[in-house]
Amino acid sequence: MIEGAAAVDPSRNPVAIELTDVTKRFGPVVANQDITFDARYGEVHALIGENGAGKSTLMSIVAGLYRPDSGRLRINGQQVHFKSPRDAIERGIGMVYQHFMLVETMTVAENLLIGMPQQGVSLKTDAAAAAVRNLSSRFGLDVDPDAYIWQLSVGEQQRVEIIRLLFRGAKILVLDEPTAVLTPAEAAGLIKTVRAMAAEGYCIIFISHKLDEVLRVADRITVLRRGQTVGTVAPGQVDRRSLARMMVGREMAAPPVDRPAPGTETALAVRNLCVISDRGLHVVNDLSLEVRNGEIFGIAGVAGNGQREFAEAVTGLRSVVSGEIEVSGRDLTGSSAAAIAAAGVAHIPEDRLATGLAGGIDVETNATLRHYRNAPLSKGPVLMRKAMGAFADRLIAEHDVKTPSRRARVRQLSGGNQQKLIIARELAGCPALIIASSPTRGVDIGATEAIHHLLRSHRDRGAAIVLISEDLDELRSLSDRIGVLVRGRIIDTIPVEQASNERLSMLMAGIGPDYVAASLHAAPVESIAVDD
Amino acid sequence: MTISRYQIRLERIHHASPARWTAVTVGSILLALITCGIVLLISGENPLTVYRAMLDGALGDKYAFSETLVKMTPLLLTGLAVAIAFRMQLWNIGAEGQLYLGAVAASGVALFVLPDASSWVLIPAMLIAGAIGGALWGAVPGVLRAKFNANETITTLMLNYVAILFTQYLVHGPWRDPQAFGFPGTAPFPDAAALPHYQTYRVHLGLVFGLVAAVMLMVVLRRTRFGYEIDVIGDNPRAARYAGMRTTRMIIIVLAISGALAGIAGMSEVAGIGHSLQRSISPGYGYTAIIVAWLARLNPIAIIAVSFLMSVILVGSDQLQTAIGLPGSVGPMLQGAILFFLLAGEFLTNFRVHIQRVAVEAELVHG
Repeated sequence: MIEGAAAVDPSRNPVAIELTDVTKRFGPVVANQDITFDARYGEVHALIGENGAGKSTLMSIVAGLYRPDSGRLRINGQQVHFKSPRDAIERGIGMVYQHFMLVETMTVAENLLIGMPQQGVSLKTDAAAAAVRNLSSRFGLDVDPDAYIWQLSVGEQQRVEIIRLLFRGAKILVLDEPTAVLTPAEAAGLIKTVRAMAAEGYCIIFISHKLDEVLRVADRITVLRRGQTVGTVAPGQVDRRSLARMMVGREMAAPPVDRPAPGTETALAVRNLCVISDRGLHVVNDLSLEVRNGEIFGIAGVAGNGQREFAEAVTGLRSVVSGEIEVSGRDLTGSSAAAIAAAGVAHIPEDRLATGLAGGIDVETNATLRHYRNAPLSKGPVLMRKAMGAFADRLIAEHDVKTPSRRARVRQLSGGNQQKLIIARELAGCPALIIASSPTRGVDIGATEAIHHLLRSHRDRGAAIVLISEDLDELRSLSDRIGVLVRGRIIDTIPVEQASNERLSMLMAGIGPDYVAASLHAAPVESIAVDD
Repeated sequence: MTISRYQIRLERIHHASPARWTAVTVGSILLALITCGIVLLISGENPLTVYRAMLDGALGDKYAFSETLVKMTPLLLTGLAVAIAFRMQLWNIGAEGQLYLGAVAASGVALFVLPDASSWVLIPAMLIAGAIGGALWGAVPGVLRAKFNANETITTLMLNYVAILFTQYLVHGPWRDPQAFGFPGTAPFPDAAALPHYQTYRVHLGLVFGLVAAVMLMVVLRRTRFGYEIDVIGDNPRAARYAGMRTTRMIIIVLAISGALAGIAGMSEVAGIGHSLQRSISPGYGYTAIIVAWLARLNPIAIIAVSFLMSVILVGSDQLQTAIGLPGSVGPMLQGAILFFLLAGEFLTNFRVHIQRVAVEAELVHG
């Protein structure tokens, strides 16, 4: 198997990959400056940093997508010059991107064979299927080789990506924010897999934002900030707080402990809501909830349990099959998106470039996207271009959106700045109700902190907020109450003081509330926890 | 050991500057002229003489200039028609059919509805009828697309044939002039239906329709909510719905406006030039309009310049046949070459190419 496999202490294993003084510029922007980094076989080396810190650029150099302007890259002690990703693959480097590179209409086994040299006409799918089973059992990468990709969950698709890299002989694996798309239980499974691969001698570079999981999975942690290495540490030397300080370069504000009590008026009432998905499934099924003004109501749930369709129905983007939606006492069931927005409902959609923004158009247009009908941005059918420019400039300045100008196209902005633009725009009118779907997904710590602060301050001024998130820590730190969404229904609503990660995870897995309450009461929490 | 070699690197340009794409457009035209020049050389002609003759034929005297403006009029109007639809990513290939329907509607008004009206009544009535005829022909694919998601590229294209055959049916059948000895075509319009023209030249009021339409369209696109919505829907229909825009309604409206502009082109052809409805009133203006709109990057003001340039090529190459006995296909050849180089040039507007000499350490050869 792999040279120098499976030592208990990976620090004596041979170095798999070594970067020395690597610098990469894009025009005037220095993405990486004199970065030195190495990873050994049998080691999980985490690479962390905020958006724009240079992690992706660095890994693109490793994967052969970019060539460094200066500096050296060595694999197994030998200097290499990658001309294309193919060269990197030949040297045993495999990368799992956040967007999977799988053909949806093919099976798992067939996907393994794409791009492999073939002998004869027929595909050797049997051999591939056997390889899938072998790798599945070795590393806990549970997946059916004969399933079609479109049938698989996101977590399963990610496992297929990893299996494909192993099947092609990759020895150095780069995982780009692998847990960003996973449920807590899936993330825990992935961490086990990663440890098992390291134990067999693979070298794993693990890119992440999430400090807790990095502390759990990594042998060493390298922190990048503004294109430079801040340092490399072992998990035992640091904690969450000191890591965050290394990443951000300053002390993070502690979340406020006391929160004002929610108001007494009902801002949003949803009764027996039923909605169907694009595929015609009843994904929201008899959903009821009530949110008061000045309250953050968190919705926890595994992705695909109706979160998206619920948010779309409440904001008028999807038609309601049956049930009622009332905002501040007004029945808005079946109203248009424009009418619902005019009634003071803001919407932060889960997929910013697919729904929230028009990426090919400028920042000004996007900043005014949900307000352009109103004075002073337009008078009758005529746009007031000056007022629109001023409005956009104000949002950019107030929310520190980093953009060359309001004329820049939104697609040029980083993900975090795109998200800040959406949030700035949605909160601009001081809405009575805010539907926020994964507002901090893929956003760095600094921006996450800013977004959380904004949501809290709007709650404190009296807005009602529905926060849909898969990040349990985020839900618990922001929400007043948390409802658990399973198969299109809120199966239980618990005050945040009683919402432990364990309890939420069990409820999300579909275990009935009564059983959960009983078992939590009876057994020590550790023995039934989903994560380990 | 080190060897050196060349390395080509591509860098994506996110926002190409107007200067850059103007340079690429002009460069494409020059390259097309050079390429066609080589073809001309091979067939034994001096390209400079030929191009000179084309310029003379299109711009040499007042008559030639007027003929160029006559050609430019329908190209300008149909170019605008195509551009407004393309801006919303609606691929209206049907400007040709919409032009025919506009001509039919305007002719119907002139011949049968208001044959005795004065110019002050008749011309506006024909203009409105032409716009409505084209608008309806554009709205049909619009409704099909909005309600049933039918691909508008196919439906607009197919409706071209329907429109052209319908026109032929009318001029061979019910609308044929009984005094024309069996030749297809309607009776001549009343004199009041003729668009005013400049002195004794053929250039007529239709050109003003086109220029006014271009300016109006520019204002609408830049300054109104309607134009704003067109841009957002064109870029991301999902975001448009999220912003509360009524996208299906907009599809129908925009295709109807597109059709209306092409319909006005048809009206201006029959009222300004033909003075009756004939079998074929357009040599494919609705298709050339696609090239015009694309060359102008869907910018209404740029369409004025591009439609003029296109007419210079078309009129100039027509004149070649009489001036030096060359086949008229030089025009389409030049048109095709320009489009070809422009599409290739599209790449250069979106990417910056770096070619650099790099020293590479040679891989050690074992063995």
